[in-house]
Amino acid sequence: MTTTDSSTKATMATTSQISVRAAQSDYREIPAEPDPVLQCEDVDVYYGSFQAVRNVSLAFGHNEITALIGPSGCGKSTILRSLNRMNDLVEGARVTGSVRYWGQDMYGAGVDPIEVRRRIGMVFQKPNPFPKSIYDNIAYGPRVTGMKVDSMDDHVEQALTRAALWDEVKDKLKQSAYGLSGGQQQRLCIARTIAVEPDVILMDEPCASLDPIATMRIETLMTELRDLYTIVIVTHNMQQAARVADRTAFFTAAVDETTGDRTGELVEFDRTAKIFENPADQRTEDYITGRFG
Amino acid sequence: MALHTPAVATRQARLATGKRSKERTPTSILFLALLWFSLFVAFATLVALIVTTIAQGADRLDARLLTEYPSSRPEEAGARPAILGSLWVIGTTAVLAIPLGVAAAVHLEEFADRRHWFNRFIELNIQNLSAIPSIIYGMLAIGTLALIGVGNKNIVIGGALALALLILPVIIISTREALRAVPRELRHGSLALGATEVQTTWRITLPSAVPGIATGTILALSRALGEAAPLLLLGALVFISFDPNGLLSGFTTMPIQIYGWTSAPQAGFHELAAATSILLVGILLVMNALAIVIRNRYQRRW
Repeated sequence: MTTTDSSTKATMATTSQISVRAAQSDYREIPAEPDPVLQCEDVDVYYGSFQAVRNVSLAFGHNEITALIGPSGCGKSTILRSLNRMNDLVEGARVTGSVRYWGQDMYGAGVDPIEVRRRIGMVFQKPNPFPKSIYDNIAYGPRVTGMKVDSMDDHVEQALTRAALWDEVKDKLKQSAYGLSGGQQQRLCIARTIAVEPDVILMDEPCASLDPIATMRIETLMTELRDLYTIVIVTHNMQQAARVADRTAFFTAAVDETTGDRTGELVEFDRTAKIFENPADQRTEDYITGRFG
Repeated sequence: MALHTPAVATRQARLATGKRSKERTPTSILFLALLWFSLFVAFATLVALIVTTIAQGADRLDARLLTEYPSSRPEEAGARPAILGSLWVIGTTAVLAIPLGVAAAVHLEEFADRRHWFNRFIELNIQNLSAIPSIIYGMLAIGTLALIGVGNKNIVIGGALALALLILPVIIISTREALRAVPRELRHGSLALGATEVQTTWRITLPSAVPGIATGTILALSRALGEAAPLLLLGALVFISFDPNGLLSGFTTMPIQIYGWTSAPQAGFHELAAATSILLVGILLVMNALAIVIRNRYQRRW
């Protein structure tokens, strides 16, 4: 982390105000159109001959939290994985259309997926700390990517502080990450992602395996990190989307009459308040009100 | 005929008492007895073997066994060259087989395209190789040594070559299993941080698989340590009265020394064979214990 100590403290001070504001009113003020860091245009994703997602166009706003919601099999995780080329790891996966990172096609010729993933971090559904110490978990990313850091100790401390985990682990940095609780492990994974200094963090149902209190801590953390990072979260939990997201994209699965294949498509994308209070599409309203999914 | 309605029937329902349990029918008791008998046969054979061996060889299990060279008089003979020979051959086998086997397994498991026919063909053949009789590997080693013009084939590197080929499939298979047991989420977690696949393999996947690899490798080396057939073929059944001191040195190993002594007519040599057997079993136990210690230490470090 190249920011100085004082600016980190200033950030922490403002973020605490933000979380208070988030608690006071349901939705914060956000512009009508997102200032896109990531932009999907006509994205189709195939696994072999099976089309998982069709024709998705979405923009993920700078320093905003965007939630992807929808029933199982609607392709929201597939879209998330196409945002940092994690889909490349699936044999037979293919992405068409364009995914732009600050305007640059990340699937374009000469773009290294390794570089993409360093800029666009990912947190997984199940906490997946490495079988190493807490310290080495955080230091892993900077080490493998060859980042120049003045002091790894300070770097680790800052990453853990930003992920709201420092106070809980500062006395046991050399201990195994497996000794932490599920919620702590997930915050460790967030800290690990932060440590390589990405500007986008993708989260694939980060609270799916956590209890309500751990979930609340992660949600608070997300609203604190919003001022520093652009966050995209896939969630099954509509209340979670309503609580944390600035914008929400609702996906559903269209079933092919002849083959029975389910292909995900984007139904509606708007500010969270609009999606939850006055959705434009009947299918969105049915899902939000619990009539299906 | 309608199904009975539980709401009406259960008020009168009683659980039967006093009858013989259905778990205790003659068939199930017979079955249980058969299981016990099978266990008894296996266990009794092992105990009988160990007890007779110890009874026969305990008297000769002394310092002379470790320090003396073979002799035509049993009371003066020892297994020193065979013990050192076994260590030389197994050490060389480990050096040859472990890096090759682990590297092959890493390639097949982490990098090879599993859908390609060539990789599937290789995979199938590794399974087949692990089932090939060990003597065939001895013949392969003889052929290889003859091809490069080695006259005296009873050399440490020759024996190690045969044994390394013998345990290579076992090491590859057990390493692949250990690698497969490493959760995919760990690899993805590393790749998502911007690590390359090679970095992920070296720093995350392989270290996580070390306990499994160690267990499989040591079991494979134990098998090699007890192996006699391929070495007999190489001509290891010889009278060695010197310490093996290098890769090109002549050698004999403990199983072959045991074989040689057992086929001798004098009872004194049979005692020596039994004593050497006890030593061999003891070394195997120590090796396995060492494997467990290494494994536990790795697990604690996490």
